Order: sequence, then structure tokens, then C-alpha cells
Amino acid sequence: MIPAPFSYVRADSVDHVLSLLVEHGDEAKVLAGGQSLLPILKMRLARPEVVVDISRLSELAYVRVEGDEVAIGAATRHREVVDSADLQRDVPLLPYVASLVGDRQVRHRGTFGGSLVHGDPAADLPAAVLALGATFVIQGPAGRREVPAPEFFQDYFQTAVGEDELLLEIRVPRVPGVGWAYEKFTRRANDWAIVAVAAVDNRVALANMSMTPMRAVAVEAALAGGASAAQAAQAAAEGTSPVTDMHADEEYRGHLARVLTERALVTAAGR
Amino acid sequence: MSIMGTRVVRVEDPRLLTTGAVYTEDLRDPRLTGALHLTFVRAPMAHARILSIQTADALAFPGVVAVLTAADLGMEPMPPAMPMFTQTMTTSLLATDTVRFVGDAVAVVVTETAYQGQDAADHVHVEYDHLPALIDLREAASDAVLLYPQAGTNTVFAMGPAELDPELFAGCEVVVTQEIVNQRVAAAPLEGRAAAATIEDGRLIMWVSTQAAQDAKGAICRWLGIEPETLRVITPDVGGGFGAKIGADPDHAVVGAVARHLGRPVRWTETRSENMVAMTHGRGQLNTVTIGGKRDGTVLAYRLEILQDAGAQPRIGAVLPALTTLMAPAVYAFPKVEVKARSVVTTTTPTAAYRGAGRPEATHAIERGLDLFAAEIGMDPGEVRRTNLLPAFTEPHTTATGAVYDTGDYAVALDKALAASDYPALRAEQERRRAAGEEKLLGIGLSVYVEITGQAPASEIADVELRPDGSARVLTGTSPHGQGHATAWAMLVSEETGVPMDRITVEHGDTDLIPVGGGTFGSRSLQQGGAAVRQATRELVELARQRAADLLEANPDDIVVDTARAGVHVAGSPDAGVSFAELAAKEPLQVHTTFTSPGPTFPFGAHVAVVEVDVRTGKARLERLIAVDDAGTILNPLLAEGQRHGGYAQGVAQALIEEVRYDPEGNPETSTLATYPFLGITDVPSFEPVDMATPTPYNTLGAKGVGEAGTIGATPAVHNAVIDAVAHLGVRHIDMPTTPMRVWSALRAAEAAS
Ligand SMILES: Cc1cc2nc3c(=O)[nH]c(=O)nc-3n(C[C@H](O)[C@H](O)[C@H](O)COP(=O)(O)OP(=O)(O)OC[C@H]3O[C@@H](n4cnc5c(N)ncnc54)[C@H](O)[C@@H]3O)c2cc1C
Repeated sequence: MIPAPFSYVRADSVDHVLSLLVEHGDEAKVLAGGQSLLPILKMRLARPEVVVDISRLSELAYVRVEGDEVAIGAATRHREVVDSADLQRDVPLLPYVASLVGDRQVRHRGTFGGSLVHGDPAADLPAAVLALGATFVIQGPAGRREVPAPEFFQDYFQTAVGEDELLLEIRVPRVPGVGWAYEKFTRRANDWAIVAVAAVDNRVALANMSMTPMRAVAVEAALAGGASAAQAAQAAAEGTSPVTDMHADEEYRGHLARVLTERALVTAAGR
Repeated sequence: MSIMGTRVVRVEDPRLLTTGAVYTEDLRDPRLTGALHLTFVRAPMAHARILSIQTADALAFPGVVAVLTAADLGMEPMPPAMPMFTQTMTTSLLATDTVRFVGDAVAVVVTETAYQGQDAADHVHVEYDHLPALIDLREAASDAVLLYPQAGTNTVFAMGPAELDPELFAGCEVVVTQEIVNQRVAAAPLEGRAAAATIEDGRLIMWVSTQAAQDAKGAICRWLGIEPETLRVITPDVGGGFGAKIGADPDHAVVGAVARHLGRPVRWTETRSENMVAMTHGRGQLNTVTIGGKRDGTVLAYRLEILQDAGAQPRIGAVLPALTTLMAPAVYAFPKVEVKARSVVTTTTPTAAYRGAGRPEATHAIERGLDLFAAEIGMDPGEVRRTNLLPAFTEPHTTATGAVYDTGDYAVALDKALAASDYPALRAEQERRRAAGEEKLLGIGLSVYVEITGQAPASEIADVELRPDGSARVLTGTSPHGQGHATAWAMLVSEETGVPMDRITVEHGDTDLIPVGGGTFGSRSLQQGGAAVRQATRELVELARQRAADLLEANPDDIVVDTARAGVHVAGSPDAGVSFAELAAKEPLQVHTTFTSPGPTFPFGAHVAVVEVDVRTGKARLERLIAVDDAGTILNPLLAEGQRHGGYAQGVAQALIEEVRYDPEGNPETSTLATYPFLGITDVPSFEPVDMATPTPYNTLGAKGVGEAGTIGATPAVHNAVIDAVAHLGVRHIDMPTTPMRVWSALRAAEAAS
């Protein structure tokens, strides 16, 4: 529980971060809220030489309404997402999901972008942004690029953000008045999801049912074909490949996906 | 007005909430200036022979002062301390030739600063020759793989008849049997284990986070082969123990050994992940319960076969089946009870006491078993219990296993719990939900328990001094670590003397100051340590009366205590008086006494748990816990309720969620708090304690123990409730913890069977 030695740099600008990433390559690691990175360092699962702290970069911490979208800075804390009046009005799913991330201490430190870049398939926010159809703004030595959500989550703990890149912003469409729901199944409060389901209108995304968060394509197709929530939910485990761990085996996760999807669709339809 | 029985607020809290506790790691004692830091090198695999230990690379790391092995420290295998254990199961403080669990200590790295230790420890190269892991208790009992080949067996300890009575269930109309797991759990106190050591005038001085300094001293002396005069143990603030900090662990002794070897102060504080694998675990029993009786609900015979997981080394855990055996007959008037027990070693963390330590296992086995019996004969679980309860008694009652219960009225406890929960209304609501086909089913679970507190040691000391400045000092052999002894002991002294609460200090846990003391465990403190404080105070008041009589030229019989002045006066003449302070100014006013209880006491109670089970996902959630706990006369309800609430939370968590797990190779799967779950405040309802007080005649306070009652009563009640919720769907038993997947799997199996 004691990390290997590393040097610490508090970045003073995005450019500063990028230059450090270029300089140190895969020996550098970006530190945002530290809620995932610090445990990894303490368990010595990673041993970066340089840790670049972006948590105080105010240029990366904001929630702004921009046309049809809301732009969220990558270093915006979970708590700021929970409390944002703009999000509560225009994208109510996000403040709700952010309110379920860990406990109060975690939400005050952890960042929106950090949770997404970390790419944990069991995390909550990735499934939510997937259901919303978010766009990711990434900056690297070659400049800025935008990546749509389905291409962002690439593999187990692996996203489109390269080693020398920084996630700057996440853009989510404004969906005021659109039905939404998030069903998170946990062992206890303040815990990780065993399985979770996000629903926005007729779009459904699953957490912890595969190596990455994923859209429940078969459910969406069934809904498009006129199926009821209960019928469509029967397809929730199709195409998934969940892990077996001490909380749930593959079969049980599939079952949970179906039950939670049905509940999410019913709730979303009622909102 | 008397303060006895009132909610006196804790005198400890202002310091704890402002400047904070001073745990072992926080000590800034000058004797520890420049202390080195110790980091253990621990086995990464469950079972292996050590071929070589190469320390050269680690020694080259910055700040490394020494890397030491058993050979360097002259540590030899020693037989277990308890004479009833298989004596050929020898172990040493650091492994000599074999490691037997992930976390077994192999070597220590000593560094200038704490953080340097882990870097160097990673470079102590130990060459291992793998041996097979042994996780399954039955496999361990089969002796196919031996953990201690020289012992020729894996059995550490066994008791009970050589042969089971083939006639035990003769004449029974119904016999039910079930294997019931009482799973291994982690104590995981907020403060893990810690120690500091230095040499002063040729003596070893050790600070240990412990529940019993005197026991710690005894254990460390034995392990290090040193004389008692050469060791002093001091207890700083202790952040929780739950039984896992009784006395000392071998790791503490290693800290002392290193300080002696290097002649320098040394400190050690374990990390959380180290705590999860290297601090002893609790429970770990596989119980086979058989109950036979008549269809009218009368139980005629009960058999309990206990297989205890001792873990890799013979420690306290191995002897806990003796307590389970003692308490097996529980609150019932069963005509025949037979218990057979065996403790076996496995390649897992050693087990030891954990809140209840052997008694919760006894209660759990019979309370689960009775529900199975009730289900089999189609009788209400409350009714089956009532049919078999011992009638109320005020004279000692001797059970089939030789326990001598002091006082008890179990039927009243059950009635109170059923009334407070409005049991018939709960059953009606359960029926309504079932009939309506609702997804959220209601489950109602009962337990009636009796436990044993203050079993050993039977004696405790107290030393009370009234001082010339009007203050009082109490020395106690008990060892508070969160319970509130300072408040309780001060109440006892203040009540008898009138010395204000805030002028009374309570000291504990320094073996130079208090060479004899039993520590705090087994819910013994108030009934023994508190009784001793009262006895000392009364003796002291008596002494003061004698002295005052001389001074005031009165007959001692005419001298009465005057708490308003914190002194005494001549009866009928309040002006003719003298304060204790004035008396103490003339001659020290101090009494040292020993209280010995005629026997342990037997607190009892009844719990009703109400759970809601989502029939689609299998997830159970506790909705209510109504708990009657009779611990005799209550000195301070605030403190007693604190003990009860904490115990409930731990008990509920064992039923629903907690479990230490290993994979088949013996690798721990729950070695961090991300993987090992507790219930938090958001996961439990506000508990509903119900009062009942049947005094014990064994001490003048009428007090029994209350520290462990919560875990004893709550676990089976909640466990039974979960199964009760789905019983109508054909589910008969689900082992703890009743996780969502387990409940769902049981539902599926029942559906497939029907
Ligand atoms: C007790 C606890 C409970 C938790 N419970 C939950 C839960 O219920 N649900 C849930 O979803 N999560 C949970 N989390 C994780 C939490 O959501 C973390 O905040 C999140 O995973 C990481 O965000 P962070 O800002 O802390 O990132 P960090 O830990 O600082 O970084 C995480 C990773 O992302 C990289 N990174 C961070 N920001 C950027 C960026 N802008 N550009 C490029 N790379 C970046 C880092 O280099 C690192 O690899 C929990 C964490 C804890 C400690």
C-alpha cells in the first residue's frame, strides 16, 4: 500500500501537460482526482516515473451550455456534475449517475474525465455517456481531435486517449424532457456496479457486461421494432461477454442485465 | 441524585474529537526518536518450502539498515502455547523452512524511513518450492496433505465423544440435518496492528496496539525467551480490536526482537492490505446440525458436529470450538445434546477471536437448525422456540455441556421481541405480498440466544486513589479500545465518593504500573473490571471512615459518606466532617483490590429481523432489527447501546455480505477494502433495541457483558429472515453470506426442483 517512488509535477497549463507527456512518454501518468490512479500506484500495479497533476487546471473544470450540447471539462469533479443546474435541466441522467459514483469523498476528488479515460467497464459514467451519445475532445502533439462515444471505449481499461494525449472535454447532447433512467445493481450503497443499465429514450447502455461499456444493440433493435420494455429487455444479454467474479457469474450477470434493463426502460418511459 | 443507570456522556470524546487519539503510529515519545521502520517480507503463495533467501539486493537500497531472517534473529520453531493443541505443530516468529499462508512472515527489512521499506522488501529474493494448498476443511481433515508433516495430522485440537451415539435420535418422529457454513470474516479494525520498541536501561519497552497489555507481555516474553522484569508493555490509544488484538501476535514480538538485535528503537505499522492477510481472521466453522423431535414441536435430541478452520498456525481460533460446544444447548431444554468438535489447519491466515468468538457459532447453528426443524413440521418458528425454551430460573442452571447459567428468562425476551416487532402484523404483510405476487418479498427471522461473558480470567484488579487535590485516579486491568471505560469507571467512583467526574482519571495498559490485569475481551470489563472498581471504591470509603473516626473522635459506625463534600461526616452533624482530599493530605488514601467473580455470567436476548428480498435479483436488504438484549443491570445505557448497535451492524454484515475468500490455490481474493465488503450506515436501518434487565447475583453491579451480544443475536436472525422470505418458493437453506447471487441461485434451484 505504499507506491514506488515517482516524481510529481503540478501542471500549470494544458500545454505544460502535453510537453511533459511528450518528454516522458510512457513513463508519465496524468493524475486527475487520483481516485483510480492512487490505488493503482499504491498496489504497485503501475510504476510511472513522473506523475503530472492536472487537478488544479481551472481551464479543464467547467460545465457550459453550447448550442445543442453541454460541454464538460475533463477535470470537472463528480460533485460539480451532480450540482450543475444546467445538467440537471438539460441532461438529468448525468447528475444522477454522478451522484451514485462512490461516496462523498470520492465525488469531491474524482473527475468526470478521469472516470472516462480510466475505462473501467464497471464504472458508471462511461455507460451513461454511451447512452447519451457523447463526443470526446482529445488533444495530443498532433493537435485536437474529436471521437464519438462508441469509438472511445476500446478495450479493458483502454480508451482512445493515447499515452501522449489529454482528454480536454466531453460534449453531450441536450435532452431536456427525454425519458431517462439508470439502474445500478450493487452489493451495498457507495459501491461499484455488479451490473448497471443506462437508458435515454430508446438508447440503452450496459456497464460491466463486457470488456468495455457497451450499447445493448439487440434491445434497441427490439424497441425500434415495437417490442414492449419487458420483451425488449429479454435481449439485454445478447452479444455481451461479462466476467465471472465472486459477486456474479456470467449467467447471473446476464439475468441482471435483463431485469435491470426492463426496469430502466419502464422508468425512462414514465419520465 | 444517583448517576447510576443514566446516560452520562463519554468523558473520552472531547479529546478524541479535538486533538485526536494517539495511536501507536502517532507516538512522539522521545524514547522513539530516530526509530527505524520495519517492513515485513511476506509469502506471496499459500504453501511452499523456502529454498533460499537472498538479501543482498535489498541491502543496497537507500535507507536500508538491515534485512533480517529467522536465522539472523536466532528464531527457532516453538510448540503452541496452549497445552491442548498438537504440540508438534511448531512455528517460529519468522518462517524458518516453510510458509503456510499468503502473508506468512519470512523476513524483515529495517529502514530509516517507512516508505523506503517496501521498495527494499520487493528485492528480498526468496526462492520457493511450491507445496499444495489446503483450503477445503474436509480435505484438511482427511490428512491427505499435511501442513506439519512431523505432526502426522492436520488436527490441532479435538473434543467430544470418540463415537457418535447411534441411538441419539431414537424415538424421534422427525429428524432434520443440514451442513451450515459459518464463514470466515475479517476483524479489520480501523487501526491495524502496530508496535514500537526501544531499549531503556537494558529493558525492552514496547508500545503495542492491544486489548490486553499483560497478555501481550506474557506472549512476547515467551516468544523472545526473556524474563518478565525485562519487558514493559504500554498501550497507546487503540483504534478497535474486535478480539483480533487480544494479547500480541508473533509480528509484534518480531518488532521487539529487532529492537533488541539492533539496540535501536524500531516501529511498525501494518498497511491495510497487510492487515487483511496477516491479522487473524474470525469464525470459519463448518457445522453439521441434526435435530430430532416430535411433530408437536418438541425437540428430543440435538447434535452439533463442528469443523473449525484454524488457519495455518495453531492460535486462539483452534480452541474456539470449546466455547461453541459449551454454548451448544443454548436457551433450550433439549433432553439430549451431543457435540463433537475438531480444529484443522489449512493454508490460510490463522484464525482467532472475533466479536463473540465461538458463541455466535453456537447460536447460529441451533437457531438456523430450529428454523429447518420448524419448516419441516410446518410450525411457526416462534412457536417452535417457545415450545423448547428453558423456563425462567433464578438459581443456577447446569446444561448438558456443563455450562452453569446464572439467571435467565428466555420466554420473556422472546415475547418482548415479538411484541415490539408486532410479529403477527409482519406475518400478515408477508402473506399479503406473497399473495399479490409482489417482487419485494418480506422475510422475518428470529433468534433467541444466551451467551457467556467474563469466562476467563475470572478476576480483575482495580486500584483507586483519592488525592489531596480532590482528584481521583483509577488503575484498571481492563483495556478500553472504544468502549468507554473511562466514563464508566469514573461513574462508579463518583457515585460512591462524590468526586466529580471530571476530576477522575482512569489509566490502563502499562505493565509497570499495572502488572496484573486481564484486558478487555469476552465482554468481561464491566462485570469484572467495573466490579473491581466498585469494590476498591467501597473499601476506600471504608478506610476513609475509619480514619475520619479517629480524626473526628467518633465511632466509625457513626461516620457516613457525604458525597456533596466528597468526604464523610458524623451522622446527624454535617458540620463535623472531613473531605477525602483532607484525609488524603494526611496519609495516602489508596486501595488496591482484586475482584473475583463466582462465575461467568450468561446474558441473553431475542432478535427479530425483517428483510426485504427482491425476488427477481435475489438481493436482500435489512428493513428492521428489533433486539432484546438482557445484560443485567445497565450502568450507562448510552455506552451499552453503543456496544449493541456496533454489534448488530457486524452481525448483520456477516449474514448478508462479509466473507473472507480464497481461490483454490490459497490466494486471498478479499485482501483490500475494495473487495472485502462491510455494511455502511446507509445499508442498515436505525436499529430498534428493546430493554430488558435481569441482574446477575455474581457482582454488586448486577451487570453481565454486552459487548458481543449484537453479533450473537443478529446474525442468525437476519440469516433466517432471508431464507424465510423465499421459503414459500421451496428454498430450505442458503449459506451465509446471503449474497444476491446465492439467493438467486437458490431460487433457481428450487424452481428447477419443483
Ligand atoms: C472508494 C471508491 C469508490 C468508487 N466507486 C465508484 C463507483 O461506484 N462508480 C464509478 O464509476 N467509479 C467509482 N470510483 C472511481 C471514481 O469514479 C474515480 O474518480 C474515477 O474512476 C477516476 O477519476 P479520477 O479523476 O479520480 O482519475 P485518476 O484516478 O486521477 O486517473 C484515472 C486514470 O485516468 C487518467 N486520466 C485522468 N484524467 C485524464 C485526462 N484528462 N486525460 C487523460 N488521462 C486522464 C489517469 O492518468 C489515470 O490513468 C470509486 C473510487 C473509489 C476510490
